[in-house]
Amino acid sequence: MRNPLSKTIVTIEPSGIRKFFDIVSEMKDAISLGVGEPDFDTPWHIRDEGIYSLEKGRTFYTSNAGLKELKVEIAAYLKRHYDLTYDFNHEILVTVGGSEAIDIAMRAMLDPGDEVLIPQPSYVSYLPCAVLANGTPVVIELKEENEFRLTKEELEAAITPRTKLLVLPFPNNPTGAIMERKDLEAIAEVIKAHDLYVLSDEIYSALTYQEDHVSIASLPGMWERTIVINGFSKSHAMTGWRLGYACGPRIVLEQMLKIHQFAIMCAPTTSQYAAVDALRCGDEDVKQMREEYNGRRRYLLHRFREMGLQCFEPYGAFYVFPCIKEFGMTSEDFATELLNAERVAVVPGTAFGGCGEGFLRISYAYSLENLKEALDRMERFITKLRENK
Amino acid sequence: MREKILTFIEKNSRIDIKELAIVLGVDEAAVKKELAAMEQENIICGYHTLINWDKVEVEKVTALIEVRVTPQRGMGFDKVAERIYNYPEVNSVYLISGSYDLMVTLEGRTLREVSQFVSDKLSALEYVLSTKTNFILKKYKDHGTIMAEPAKDERMLMTP
Repeated sequence: MRNPLSKTIVTIEPSGIRKFFDIVSEMKDAISLGVGEPDFDTPWHIRDEGIYSLEKGRTFYTSNAGLKELKVEIAAYLKRHYDLTYDFNHEILVTVGGSEAIDIAMRAMLDPGDEVLIPQPSYVSYLPCAVLANGTPVVIELKEENEFRLTKEELEAAITPRTKLLVLPFPNNPTGAIMERKDLEAIAEVIKAHDLYVLSDEIYSALTYQEDHVSIASLPGMWERTIVINGFSKSHAMTGWRLGYACGPRIVLEQMLKIHQFAIMCAPTTSQYAAVDALRCGDEDVKQMREEYNGRRRYLLHRFREMGLQCFEPYGAFYVFPCIKEFGMTSEDFATELLNAERVAVVPGTAFGGCGEGFLRISYAYSLENLKEALDRMERFITKLRENK
Repeated sequence: MREKILTFIEKNSRIDIKELAIVLGVDEAAVKKELAAMEQENIICGYHTLINWDKVEVEKVTALIEVRVTPQRGMGFDKVAERIYNYPEVNSVYLISGSYDLMVTLEGRTLREVSQFVSDKLSALEYVLSTKTNFILKKYKDHGTIMAEPAKDERMLMTP
C-alpha cells in the first residue's frame, strides 16, 4: 500500500510531554498547577446571552467573517482599550479561537522558503503552523536576563534576506513576560527597516499587572504591517466557546477570510452572540478577574522569594516561570520528581522550546488555597533537594 | 486601601493578615492598622461563619416577617426597630420601602416557636399594625454564596 501521509506532517514532532500529562491525570491526589486556562466560569450574563440565543433559535451560520454586531463591538473594544482602529467591515475576522487565526494568518502570508521568526519560550503551535504553511520557522531564544522580552539585537541577529514574518507572543505564555511601549518601539524600527510583517498574538492582553497592554499595531508605521490576534478565552474566561479574532490590513484579511470560508465556514454562532454581550457589558468582569490574578501573582512571587527560588517578576498572563538551574536537574526530571515526591504537577519549561530548559511554568489560574497547598509541598521538596546536595 | 481590604475579607475573613498584605501588595503593618481602625469604627461589625444548616441534624426554621408599624412621634421608625431587634431570636431588621415598613428575619427551632413569637411578642407591640410571616423553605444562595456542592475542577490537562 502507498504511504497515506504527507511528508510535511510526519516531520512535525508531537508534543514531547504527553506522557508526563498522562501520569498526572491518573494521579488522584495530585495538585495541578499545569492548566493554561482561567479557573473562573464564564461570567453568568455572558452564558445567559448564549442560552438566550439558543432559545431564540439562532442556530444558523453567521456570515463568514462573523456577526456584524460582534465585529462592531470588537472594533469598539480595540479602540477603547488599545487605541487600535479597524474597519469592522473589511479588517476584522471572527475565528474559532486565537489558534485558528494563527494558522490562517500564516497560510495567507507565507510562501515556501519564507522564514518566520518565533521567539521562544512560547506557545507550542506557532512552529507547527509555520511548517504547515510551508514556511521555515526560525527560533529566537529569549533570555531571562532580559525578562524574556525580545530585544532589538536579538531580532536583528535572526533576520536574513528570506525573513518575512515575526511572531510576537506577548503577554507571553509560558513566561508571563510583557513588552512595554519602549521595548516595542525599539523592535519596530528594525521591523520597518527590514520590511517585515508581524503576527502579534495578544490573547493575554487583558491580563497585565503593571501598566496597560500596548499593541505594536498602535505604533507609527506598524498598523499596516501587523496582524493582531486576540480573543475571548483568557480575558473573559471563555476557552470552551472557541472564539477569537484577527485584525489587520484588508489585503491580508481578505485572503485569510478565503481560507476561513473554505475550511471553517464561520465561528460558532452561539459563542458569537454571547461574545457580543461580553464586549458590551464585560469590562468590569475582566477587571475583577485581573485583580484576583494579580493577588495570586504577588503571593507566588513572595513565596518564591522566601524559598530563595530565583524568579523574575512577570507582569502579564497568569504564569510565573521560576528558574531551577541551581538544582542541576533538567526541567522534565525536576517536574517528574516533584510530581512523584509531592504530587504537584507543573509544566517543564522545555515544553515551550529548548531555551525553557532550567525553568518551570507555574500557572496561577487556581484558587489561593490551592496555590498555598501546592507551594507548601514545593517548598518541602526543594528543601530536601538542597539538603541532599 | 479600605475598600480593597473589605472586598477581600468579605469573602474570606479567615485569611491571615500577613497573607492578606501580600495578596493586596501593601504593607502588613498598614493592613493591621486599618483592620483595627475599621473594627473600632464599627465598619467591620463581626466575623461570622456561613453555615448550611440544612445539612446539619438540627431543626431550624427561618421566617421573613413583613411588619407594618406606626412610626413613633419624634423618632420615626428607629424606636420601633429597636424594640424589635433587641429580641435575641431576631436575626435582622431592615427598614424597607414599599408596601410594608420593617423586614424582620427570625430563627427558631420549630414553626410553632416562630409563630408564637410573632403572635405573643411582635403583634402584641402597640405600634405594630400588622404582620405577614413567610417561612423559608430552602436556601439556594446566601451572602453571595451558592449553597449547592462546590463545582469540581473539570479543566483538562492539555498539551500547553
